[in-house]
Amino acid sequence: MAQPSKTPVVFAPWEDETQKPIIQFKNVTKRFGNFTAIDNLSLDIFEREFFALLGPSGCGKTTIMRMLAGFETATEGTILLGGKDISPVPPNKRPVNMMFQSYALFPHLSVWDNIAFGLRRSSMPKDEIGARVDEMLRLTRMEKFAKRKPHQISGGQRQRVALARSLAKAPKLLLLDEPLGALDKKLRHDTQFELMDIQEKTGTTFVIVTHDQEEAMTVASRVAVMDHGKLIQVATPAAIYETPNSVYVADFIGEVNLIEGNAKKAGGDKYEVSWAEGQAALRGSCPREIADGTRVTYAIRPEKVAISADKPKDAANAIQGTVHDIAYLGNISTYHVMLPTGQVIKAQESNTRRLANRHFTWEDKVWLSFTDTAGVILTE
Amino acid sequence: MNYRRLFLIGIPYVWLLALFLVPFIIVLKISLSDIALSIPPYTPTLDLAEGWAGIKDFFSKLDFDNFLFLKSDPLYWKAYVSSLQIAILSTTMTLLVGYPIAYGMARAPEEWRATLMMLVILPFWTSFLIRVYSWMGILGKEGFFNSALIWLGFIDEPLTILNTNTAVYIGIVYTYLPFMILPIYAALEKLDISLLEAAEDLGCTRTSAFWLVTLPLSRPGIVAGCFLVFIPVIGEFVIPSLLGGSNTLMIGKVLFEEFSSNRDWPVASAVAVLLLLIVVVPIVLFQRSQERQAEAQK
Repeated sequence: MAQPSKTPVVFAPWEDETQKPIIQFKNVTKRFGNFTAIDNLSLDIFEREFFALLGPSGCGKTTIMRMLAGFETATEGTILLGGKDISPVPPNKRPVNMMFQSYALFPHLSVWDNIAFGLRRSSMPKDEIGARVDEMLRLTRMEKFAKRKPHQISGGQRQRVALARSLAKAPKLLLLDEPLGALDKKLRHDTQFELMDIQEKTGTTFVIVTHDQEEAMTVASRVAVMDHGKLIQVATPAAIYETPNSVYVADFIGEVNLIEGNAKKAGGDKYEVSWAEGQAALRGSCPREIADGTRVTYAIRPEKVAISADKPKDAANAIQGTVHDIAYLGNISTYHVMLPTGQVIKAQESNTRRLANRHFTWEDKVWLSFTDTAGVILTE
Repeated sequence: MNYRRLFLIGIPYVWLLALFLVPFIIVLKISLSDIALSIPPYTPTLDLAEGWAGIKDFFSKLDFDNFLFLKSDPLYWKAYVSSLQIAILSTTMTLLVGYPIAYGMARAPEEWRATLMMLVILPFWTSFLIRVYSWMGILGKEGFFNSALIWLGFIDEPLTILNTNTAVYIGIVYTYLPFMILPIYAALEKLDISLLEAAEDLGCTRTSAFWLVTLPLSRPGIVAGCFLVFIPVIGEFVIPSLLGGSNTLMIGKVLFEEFSSNRDWPVASAVAVLLLLIVVVPIVLFQRSQERQAEAQK
């Protein structure tokens, strides 16, 4: 796996056993009084990674970040940075910088002085500080605003100053706490790509905390989905989306149809899930071994469900239902199809035709179909 | 519409005119008059019965003699200088005592803050005069403070504190402390904790974060508190006359003596007019800094 190859390798240090992680959480637990914020968590993050911690508010993702920055200490377990235990190191001595959710720009200092703040605390000579600040201003395209105070620039510009300030000291690790939360949607999208660009240019390891799954999917090399202080799944965005390991992850990331039923082996990694009386069993795959009769959840993404007027001939799975609701989103439409069992399945179609030429309308009888590799069978 | 607006603006203007400008003109007029053994104890008085000649006669008798007198007698400018000195020193001391208290209040747990605020304001519920009198009881030769020190064995002979400038400073710091604490507390309470975390994250120690972030950001509160203490202390009369000694020289005390003991209303008025001029400078500066701050927050 670690063999050098001439073709460009996909960036995946977590699959390379010779790689040493830059950050290691070893059985870390953090309690605030009776509340357990982080529950026996172990995690490796590698150099140059753009790592996203994703979860609902209160899941402990911010606590992880604050422990890395040094504002909280672990109740149990150790956190290693570059192989060294960082618990005795105070925040001002760590090679870690943080970009705060509120940006935390110093309101009494100009943009230039804000970026220079950290450098002035170091032993860097004065002329080098000037050069470094100018470099940071160029990187974030804020040269024109160097003399302004934070209250004289827009929210997006403040975000960039905060990023420049936290990158100025060239930290080994940059922590970003909901960095784009305060921006409007369009600006957020642009900034996501800018962040990835800057991360690539500087080669810094980024750890980002977000509750926005789309943002995590866009920017991150790996995503950790968290809930109640535990990691539920740590994988690449594609793996998280295509092969979630649990109902929680499937449901948290994107839209999904969940159908409960009993599993039965059908050869290879294929299984049949009988889910309702008088309905054909659903065929799907699961990499793990499942005993016959286990209660499972069949998860299928709406965009993988095709919708047609007649029963498709060679589809592995086909269910009939009536169109209950149509959500028109411009580029796509989501059809909510009510099955005879009363369950509603969502199917997504691209709107390649104009709205007036739409195939289906309310109360139409339709067939939903999907292949036997489209859905995943989840046991948890 | 416009009448209503005029009416709204008119009310405070009439108020200021009647309660500030008119009394000031009366005091200014008295300061330009001469002392006289009559009721009222100055001359001239305006007699409108004599018509135009009377008014002309009235204005011709006004002069700046009292101000020249203030210049000639060193007592007065010494009193002004000493008042300024006491005001500057006691404002500094109030700041040094008040800032840590305000800081402690702002950093206290949320549920404590209302109680702490109450404790700061509580002394206002008792008469100011009674509180100054009780300091006489505390600081006197037989007072609590001396008795406590003797009982603890620190001293054998009681210290002379009452009727010295030390007592005046204690009295001023005690009385004006809330005026210093409240604006500083307001500034510190608004301070976003994440700014301090950011400073630490960027390499500051706790101490340097205080000097580089907390202190500059609480400056508006410090400025407001200092002016709120400094301006009234310059003209303070009760504290120096009750706690101060014969060599405590403050302009408020001089003014009172001119007015009641010497019954020299014109000189007393001249002292008051000069005092006002001295106080106007810091008031204008204060106003300016407030405006600048309001602009910065836009």
